[in-house]
Amino acid sequence: MKIKQISVFIENMEGRLYEVIKLIGDNNINIRALSLADTSDFGILRLILDKPDKGYSILKDNNITVGSTEVVAVEVPDIPGGLATVLDALNKGCINVEYMYAFIERSGDCAIMIFRFDDIDKALQVLEKYDIVTITGEKLYKL
Amino acid sequence: MIWNEEFETLPREALDALQLKRLKRLLEKVYHLVPYYRHLFDKENFFIESVRSLDDIKRIPFTCKDDLRKNYPFGLFATPHSNILRIHSSSGTTGKPTVVGYTKRDISIWSEILARMFSASGVSRGDILQNAYGYGLFTGGLGVHYGAELIGATVVPMSGGNSKRQIMFLKDFGTTALTCTPSYVLNLYEIAQDMGININKLSLRVGIFGAEQWTYEMRHEIEEKWNIDALDIYGLSEIIGPGVAFECLEAKRGLHINEDHFIAEIIDPETGEKLPCGETGELVLTTITKEGMPLVRYRTSDITNLISEPCACGRTSIKMEKIMGRCDDMFIIRGVNVFPSQIESILVSMEGVLPHYQLVIEREKQLDTLEVLVEVNDKYFSDEVKILQNLGRKIENEIKSNIGISSKVKLLESKSLARCGGGISKISKVVDKRRQN
Repeated sequence: MKIKQISVFIENMEGRLYEVIKLIGDNNINIRALSLADTSDFGILRLILDKPDKGYSILKDNNITVGSTEVVAVEVPDIPGGLATVLDALNKGCINVEYMYAFIERSGDCAIMIFRFDDIDKALQVLEKYDIVTITGEKLYKL
Repeated sequence: MIWNEEFETLPREALDALQLKRLKRLLEKVYHLVPYYRHLFDKENFFIESVRSLDDIKRIPFTCKDDLRKNYPFGLFATPHSNILRIHSSSGTTGKPTVVGYTKRDISIWSEILARMFSASGVSRGDILQNAYGYGLFTGGLGVHYGAELIGATVVPMSGGNSKRQIMFLKDFGTTALTCTPSYVLNLYEIAQDMGININKLSLRVGIFGAEQWTYEMRHEIEEKWNIDALDIYGLSEIIGPGVAFECLEAKRGLHINEDHFIAEIIDPETGEKLPCGETGELVLTTITKEGMPLVRYRTSDITNLISEPCACGRTSIKMEKIMGRCDDMFIIRGVNVFPSQIESILVSMEGVLPHYQLVIEREKQLDTLEVLVEVNDKYFSDEVKILQNLGRKIENEIKSNIGISSKVKLLESKSLARCGGGISKISKVVDKRRQN
C-alpha cells in the first residue's frame, strides 16, 4: 500500500524549520512521522501528515518548495531481529532502500517503519511475497 | 509576407547611400538644434563635415543613458514642444527616468516598423491580436497597438496582468496572435493549466515576445507548450520602442534591423572601438529618421553580433543575433568573459526550465570565485539528497566544460532571492563583491 509523503526543501537558515513546522500546526495538521536529511547547505524534511493533500497545498501556497512522493508503511515485529527480517526479504528481492524512518505509533504488536524505495511497485510485490504487512494510508493517518 | 517591399528589400548599395544621406542630415540637425550635441561635438573636436562615408561614423562621439538623464526631461528634443505628440518614459528604477518625445512622423514611422514586424510574423488583417504589453508610459503597449492597427488586425488592448482574463479571452475571442514578454507567456501557460484549458483547442498561432532577454531554449519551451511559433522582437524606448529589429517566420534566426531608420554598429565595450561585422560586442544605434528625439551613436549596453548573410525571407537588411546579455552584466572572472546568458543556457538544459538564480563573484586570496545560487523549483526538487547534490555537481561540471571556470553551486529555497532582493523582477543576476570591496 502506498502512502503519501510530503517533502520540503529547507535552507540551512536560522528558524526556517520552525516556520515550516509552525505553518503545518497552525493549519491544524498533525505530523505523524518525520525525518530530516541534512547536508552542509540544505536539508530535506520528509513528513507523514494526517491530511497530506491539505498540507501540500498550504505549503505550496506559502511559497515553500514542496514535493509529494509515494512511500510504504511496513509493519515490523517489535522484537529483536524484527527489522532484519524485513530487510532480509528486501535484499532477496533485490530491492534498494533509498531511506527509511520510524513511525511514532504502533500497529498492534508491531512497530511501523516508513520506506522509500526507488522502485515502489516491485518493492510491494516482494513484501507481499514474503508476507510482510503494509498499512493503508487511511488506516495510518488515523493511528 | 513583406510589408514594405521597396525599403525592406533595398539593394545593399542603395541602402548604404540612403543611410549616409540620412546620417549627414541628422548630424546637421542635432548640431544646430540641440545644444548638448553642439557642446559634445565641439568638445570632442568632431566636425560634422568629416563624415563622408558610412565608415566615418566611427569618428562621431557616443551617447549613452547617462546623457539622457543629464538632459532630463526634454533637453535632447530636437523640435519645438508644439511638434511633440507623445511622451514616453522609463520607470527610472536605476536612476532618473529617461524621457522620449515623438512627433507625428515619429509615431507613423514607429507604426510602420511594427507593421513590418507583424507581416514578418505572418500576422495580417483578419488576425485577432491580444496585446499584453503594458499600456502607458512604457513603449511596449502603445507601440505594438499602433502597428497592429496599421496592418488592419483586430486589436485586443489587454495590457499586462489579469492573467485569468487573458486566458479567457484567448479562448473566447479566438485570439490568433499574442504579444507580451517571454516570461509572461510561460506564466500564462501555468495558469491555463490550472484552469484546465486545452491548449490545442485554442486558435493561437503565433506570439511575438520581447522587452526582455530570452534564449533559444526558452523559445523551444514556449513553442512546445503552446504549440505556436514564437518570435523575438527588439527595441528600446530611447531609440523608438519595440520594433528596432524583429525576427522573420522564415528564418527564426537573427533579428532584421530596420536599417532605413537605424544604423547599427558593434563596438568593443571596453575600448569603444568599432568591430568588424560578425564579432560580438556592444550594440550601438543611431536613429537617422527620428524628429522628436534623435540619438547619435547611442550605446545600448546590449551584447550581440551582426549577421550579414542573406536571409531566406528576402529582406536585405542586416540582422542581429538574439541579445546575449548586458554590458553591465558581463563579468570577467580569472580572465574569462562570462555572460549570465551562458549560465542560463546550462541551467535551462538541466530540467527544461530556468530557475531563478544569482551569480556571486568574490575574491579570496587573490583568486576569483564564482558561486551560483539556484532556487530549487518544483522540477528541480527531489526528496532524495543525492539527486539534489548530483544536480549541483552537474551544473558545476557543465560550467567548467562549457565556459572553462570552476564554480560552486548553492541550492536555495524557491522565492528566497526575490525575498532578499525585493521582488522577482528585481533579482540582480550578478553580484560582484570584488567591486564592493
